[in-house]
Amino acid sequence: MAEPPLLECRDVSKAFGAVQALDHVDFEVHAGEVMALVGDNGAGKSTLIKGIAGIYPFDHGEIYVDGTHVHIHGPRDVAKLGIEIVYQDLALADNLDVVANMFLGRERTRSRVLDEAAMERASRQTLTELSVTTLQSVRQTVSGLSGGQRQSVAVSKAVMWNSRIVILDEPTAALGVAQTRQVLSLVRTLAERGLAVVIISHNLHDVFECADRITVLRLGQRVALLEKSDTTQQEVVHAITAGTLDRVPGMDEAEAAKA
Amino acid sequence: MTDRPMEPAVAPPADHEATEGVFESAGTMTVSEYATRWWHGVKVGELGSLPIVVGLIAIVITFSLLNENFLTERNFTNLLLQMSAIATIAIGIVFVLLIAEIDLSVAYVSAVGGVVMTLLLRPDDPGWPWWLAIGVALLVTTAIGFAQGVVITKAGVPSFVVTLAGLLIWSGVVLILTTEYSTAGTILIQDRTVKGIANDFLSNTAGWILAAIVIVGYAGLQVRAAVARRTRGLDAKPTVLIALQIAGLAIVTFAAVWFANKDRGVPKITVILLVLLVFWSFVATRMRFGRHVYGVGGNPEAARRAGINVDRVRIAVFMISGFMAGVGGIMLASRLSSVATNTGGGNLLLLVIAAAVIGGTSLFGGVGRVVSALLGALVITSIENGMNLLGLGSGEKFVITGLVLLAAVLVDAYAKRRRAARGIV
Repeated sequence: MAEPPLLECRDVSKAFGAVQALDHVDFEVHAGEVMALVGDNGAGKSTLIKGIAGIYPFDHGEIYVDGTHVHIHGPRDVAKLGIEIVYQDLALADNLDVVANMFLGRERTRSRVLDEAAMERASRQTLTELSVTTLQSVRQTVSGLSGGQRQSVAVSKAVMWNSRIVILDEPTAALGVAQTRQVLSLVRTLAERGLAVVIISHNLHDVFECADRITVLRLGQRVALLEKSDTTQQEVVHAITAGTLDRVPGMDEAEAAKA
Repeated sequence: MTDRPMEPAVAPPADHEATEGVFESAGTMTVSEYATRWWHGVKVGELGSLPIVVGLIAIVITFSLLNENFLTERNFTNLLLQMSAIATIAIGIVFVLLIAEIDLSVAYVSAVGGVVMTLLLRPDDPGWPWWLAIGVALLVTTAIGFAQGVVITKAGVPSFVVTLAGLLIWSGVVLILTTEYSTAGTILIQDRTVKGIANDFLSNTAGWILAAIVIVGYAGLQVRAAVARRTRGLDAKPTVLIALQIAGLAIVTFAAVWFANKDRGVPKITVILLVLLVFWSFVATRMRFGRHVYGVGGNPEAARRAGINVDRVRIAVFMISGFMAGVGGIMLASRLSSVATNTGGGNLLLLVIAAAVIGGTSLFGGVGRVVSALLGALVITSIENGMNLLGLGSGEKFVITGLVLLAAVLVDAYAKRRRAARGIV
C-alpha cells in the first residue's frame, strides 16, 4: 500500500502507576480496510482506543492521521479529525427515537426550531445506504430495538457525520447469531465505502469473518500483525496467549530502581 | 403500454417497495396502522396519557355519584382556580424529573417569590409597580434555581439533598421576611392587577374567542406538520385521525367554556396557565434545548459523548424549576391576596410533585410531557376538591392522596420494567 495509513499510532506508551498498560506499541489502519484488534483482558486494547479517543493522553508516542502528525486533546478533537468511536452500550439514549439519537447533540434546526423532517430524511438515507434493513420505523424509540438493531443504529450514527475512521468496541459482545451476522456485514459495508474500520473483539470467529488484518496485543505490547488470508485461528490464539514479548514487563522499573 | 417519461438520473424514491421497503411505505398511514403502532407502544411500556385519562374519568364518576355538588359549574370554575398554581409549579418539576433529578424546594421557593413580590408592592414602601415587583420576584426565584443547580452539578451532590437543604433554607427565609414586615404574620396585597391574576374572569365572549383560538391554533399546527411531512415523502398521521383529534379537542374546549360561562366565566389564570403550557411544550419538543433535556435524562453518558454540555442543561433545568415556582407563588399569593408565615407550607410540595408523577412523567428520567403537569394537577385537585366536598378530615385526605400517588408511581415502575424488558435483548 503506497499511501500512508489513514490512522497510525507510532511507538505509543501509557502507564497507570506501576502498570505499563501500553509499551511502545505501533498500530495502523488503512482506508477501506478492517483492522481487528485482539488480545486477552488487560492486553491494552481499551487503553489504546481510549488514547486515540482523547479520553487521556499517551505518555509517549505520536498519532498520525492521513500521514499528518496530530495532537488530540479531547473527544472534540477526535470528531474533528473524522474519527468516530462506537462504544458497547453507551452510545444511545433509550427514550429517544432512532432519528433523535442519530442527531443527538448535532440537531438540525430551521429558525431555531428542530427540523424533524430533514433529520428523518437524512437518517433514512444513511440507514438505507448502509443496508440497515431491519428497523420497522425510524420513529421507534431505541428501547424497543434488539441488540443488533441498536448496534446498527450506533454505527450508522457514527458514519453519518462524514467520519473516515470508525472504531468499534466489542460490537458483537451481547448479540445473538443472526444479529452478529447483521453487524459484521455492516462492518464490511463500511470498509467497502472506503472507511478505515477498527474492530475490537474477543470472538475470533467474528474477527475472521470480517477483518482484513489482525493486530494482536499481549501485556501492552504488539506481538503480531497478521494478514487474515495467510494465518489461522490457532496462530492468533497462540499469539494472544503466548506471543513473544520484546521486553519483560516490569523490567524497566526494576532497572530504574537499581540505578 | 408503458411509455414512461425519462428516468431521472438520481434514483427516485418513488418505488418504495424496492428502495426502502424496509420502512413503512412513505405517505399517509392508515388509521389501523397508526392504532396498531400506538397499541404496540402501550404494550412495551410507552403508556403516555392513557392511565391518567382513565383515572380522571373514574374520579369524576366516583365523586359525582358521592356528592351532587361535585359536577356543578360553580365547582368547575373553583377547580380551575385551585389547579392553576399547582400545574404551573409542576411544569418546572416535569423538567427536573425529565433529567432524572428532583427539586424538593419548589414549594418554599414559590413562597419566596410570592413574599418578595408582596413586599415590593407595599404602598409607599417601596410601592413598586406590579410588573417590576413580579419581574424582580421571578428573577429571585430563578437565581435560587441557578444557585441550587450549580451546587448540584459542580459539587456533585445529589439534587435530593441539595434541594432538601433548600426546602429548609427557603422556609426559614419566608418565616423571617413575613415576621419582620408584619405583626400578625400576614401581609396583604393592595395592587388591583396582582389581585386580579387569580381572581378575575374572562367575559363570556372572551371565553368563546379563547376557545376558538385554542382550536384553530391546534388545528393549524397539526395540519401544517402533516402537510410538511407528506410533501417531503415521510409518513404522516392519517387525515381521519387528525380530524378526530381536532374534533375531540373542540368538544372538550367548548364544553369547558360553556360550563365555565354558566358560572363566572373562564378564569384569567387559566389563560396564563395555557400560555405557559404551550410555551414550555414548544421548548421541550421543538427546540434543541428540549431535545438535550430528554437526551440527558435518557442517557447522560451518551449525551456527554454527543458533545452536549450536560452540566449546563442541568443548571438550566433547575433555573426553569425556580422560575416556574416563582410564577406559581405569585398565583398563590394573588389568590389569597396576601402572603403569610405559612405560605408554601402544608401539602403544596406533595401536591406539585404528585401532579407531575401522576400526569405520567417518569421518576427515572427521560420520559414525560409538559402537558402531564396539567393532567396530573387536574387529577390531584379533583381528588382534593371532591374530598373537601365530602367533608373528609385532613387525615383521610392525606391517606387517599398518598395512595393515589403510590398507584401512579407503581404504574410508572411497571411501565419502566416493560420498556427495559424490551430494550435489553
